Amino acid sequence: MSNDTQPYFIVSTAPHTHSGSSVRRIMLDVIIALMPAVLASFYLFGWHAVRLTAVCVLGCVGTEALCRRLMGRDLGIGDLSAVVTGLLLAMNLPPALPSGMALVGCVIAIAIAKQVFGGIGYNPFNPALVARVALLMSFPVAMTRWHDALNPARWLGFAWTVPDATTTATPLGLVKTALTMKQPLPLTWDNSTMLDYLLGNMSGCIGEVSALALLLGAGYLLFRRCITWHIPVTYIGTVAIFAAILRVVDPATNMPVSFHMLSGGLMLGALFMATDMVTSPLTRRGQLVFGAGCGLLTILIRRWGGYPEGVSFAILLMNALTPLINQATRPGIFGQSRKKK
Amino acid sequence: MRTTQALFKLRGSIHPEYFKGLARDKDIVAMPLPKQLCVSMAQHLGAPAKPIVSKGDHVLKGQRIGEAAGFISAHVHAPTSGTVTAVEDGPTVTGTLALRVVIEPDGQDTPANALPPIKDWTTAGRDTILARIADAGIAGMGGAGFPTRVKLSPPPDKPIDTLIINGAECEPYLTADHRVMLERAEQIWQGCEIMRSLLGVKTVRIAIENNKPEAIKAMQTAIAKADGDVAICILKTEYPQGAEKQQIFATTGREVPSGGLPMDVGCVVENVGTTYAVWDAVVNGNPLIERVTTVTGHPVAEPRNVLARIGTSYADLLAFCGGLTCDAVKIVSGGPMMGIAQSNLETTTTKTTSGLLFLEASRVPEYTSMPCISCGRCVVACPMDLLPAELSNRIEAGDYDAAESLNILDCIECGCCAFICPAHRPLVQHFKMGKSRVILKRRQAQTKS
Repeated sequence: MSNDTQPYFIVSTAPHTHSGSSVRRIMLDVIIALMPAVLASFYLFGWHAVRLTAVCVLGCVGTEALCRRLMGRDLGIGDLSAVVTGLLLAMNLPPALPSGMALVGCVIAIAIAKQVFGGIGYNPFNPALVARVALLMSFPVAMTRWHDALNPARWLGFAWTVPDATTTATPLGLVKTALTMKQPLPLTWDNSTMLDYLLGNMSGCIGEVSALALLLGAGYLLFRRCITWHIPVTYIGTVAIFAAILRVVDPATNMPVSFHMLSGGLMLGALFMATDMVTSPLTRRGQLVFGAGCGLLTILIRRWGGYPEGVSFAILLMNALTPLINQATRPGIFGQSRKKK
Repeated sequence: MRTTQALFKLRGSIHPEYFKGLARDKDIVAMPLPKQLCVSMAQHLGAPAKPIVSKGDHVLKGQRIGEAAGFISAHVHAPTSGTVTAVEDGPTVTGTLALRVVIEPDGQDTPANALPPIKDWTTAGRDTILARIADAGIAGMGGAGFPTRVKLSPPPDKPIDTLIINGAECEPYLTADHRVMLERAEQIWQGCEIMRSLLGVKTVRIAIENNKPEAIKAMQTAIAKADGDVAICILKTEYPQGAEKQQIFATTGREVPSGGLPMDVGCVVENVGTTYAVWDAVVNGNPLIERVTTVTGHPVAEPRNVLARIGTSYADLLAFCGGLTCDAVKIVSGGPMMGIAQSNLETTTTKTTSGLLFLEASRVPEYTSMPCISCGRCVVACPMDLLPAELSNRIEAGDYDAAESLNILDCIECGCCAFICPAHRPLVQHFKMGKSRVILKRRQAQTKS
């Protein structure tokens, strides 16, 4: 007897139930987690932060749609990954960067760093970081023209177009200049500067300055189990350990640990960029190695490298090592670590 | 109290929604004889039985109608008395064809009484009991259907020291084992004692998930007077606690070696239903001709734990449970994690049919699978500690050698990875295919050399 009321029954392989998780939901969670830092950047850098965020998100989503269309594939923007890339790219840019340059960054991130490799899941490097580094190489002046946060001119739209009038260096930039010039460390480091740095009242990329907002977002990602503690803790921990060692060995030329924690892109990098699922290792052990490697490279570049900040380069270099780390940290499977009572 | 907590945590697990409440509190009800019973000869793992009756024969309840064909095989018996109307190819649960014996019941249910009850099994002797278990056609009722006689006679170089009774029932929805433990605890314990004496072991662990407190209580009462190292092992409710290798690990801390069997670590695992069947066969002389099947799912009018004759069609089972109250788009033979989807209701129950699940459209969402985003959730969820993400990528690329070296043959197809995958990748499907390709390759290499 067959069931007369039913035209057909679906036949597919087990399991016949699903947790309900989806890539889209993960990306949405990342977007939600980025919101505190995005809003902080709007407050701290004003109109320019709004402009860059809008340009980057639209630019990335547009490039993604265009690429997919040219390749004759479905648009694929529904997974929201291009939105995440756009937000992250914007957060990695200095406030006064012209919109055209930001757009170039979007095309590099999506077309070159992502779609050329096959789209979501296949990119070996974090697209936003590839774009940031490409922009840094291509437009070295514009990419290192910094402005203080909370500058009264920040809501005046075009107030910052007059070059150099209001620019300042980033804290890491100041330290690097002092190191190269063999001058004494330029910064005083007390509780009130530390609080400023924690809240984001300093110069830097629009999304990297507020450690507090970034930590808030990361807490949400941890709660939603989109990331685990492994990469952020080993990354920041390694930076802390090496910064502490350097400080002990030579306090005259090395800033304290808390300065390294709160300045530059460490928080943004360790919490949101290094934890990018696609470009980081699969296993927990691999993630520990990855985080430690990022931390070590970051502190090496900060102290001895040619650039004041090393987070982007450190993460990209470790991205390149991810396949190797995956291979080296394969778990012993059940039944091979045989222990008999 | 004779209870212990599980010694070890699973290496990986998931927490699906269980929906056990649909049928958990429903007593086991015997289903009246249907108009027709189709008994497949492919009831168990290994070679299908060989039919020994032909069209027109009159058979009695419990009469042997299929002969075990080979070592790993089991006899098949007539579930009731009646006339054989056909011996023909019929659909099996996996969608293949196998010989089946179609019986039209005469309604008398006349027993054949072929197997005399062994009331005092303690003096009957090991060979008699083993022969009885074989004669009764008992095969594992938990899912795989491994012939029980084979399991209970391990080779002499594999000493067994622990008998594990599997009452985990970790599949969502299913409650058949739960009800069997609740209503037949004493008999299960007797069956357990029979198997214990066969194996000559002192240690018995009855593994039950902690979402079945009533079953735990019932089994505790049943083992109250037991001697030796007997205990209920309470497992945390997580999937797949009922998987054989995982259960051995949870209860004893022993890892079945890759490619090995439970007996390699001195364990034998038997499902609670099988344990009951052993008791029934030995003490009452009843061959295995019926079992408890949970008919459940939200569309089912009255979800129940049905005691049905083997060979009952899924359509008859559903009708006995009041039919459907809304459209079902998927029928699963077994549980939602490892069960097999059916294209129609013509399939009939076997010794391994633990459940029949009906799913409505809202619980069967359609997904488009995406590329892997390396989130690593499958790696955490895998109870065998494999790398499902990488395995799936390799198989998608046709690289079966890589899959083999990544231990694909250790995959138990539990479905944890696919359940958790945010990219909705057809992981289990990949692994089933990959495994068969690797096995085929190994066979070809063997015949060449």
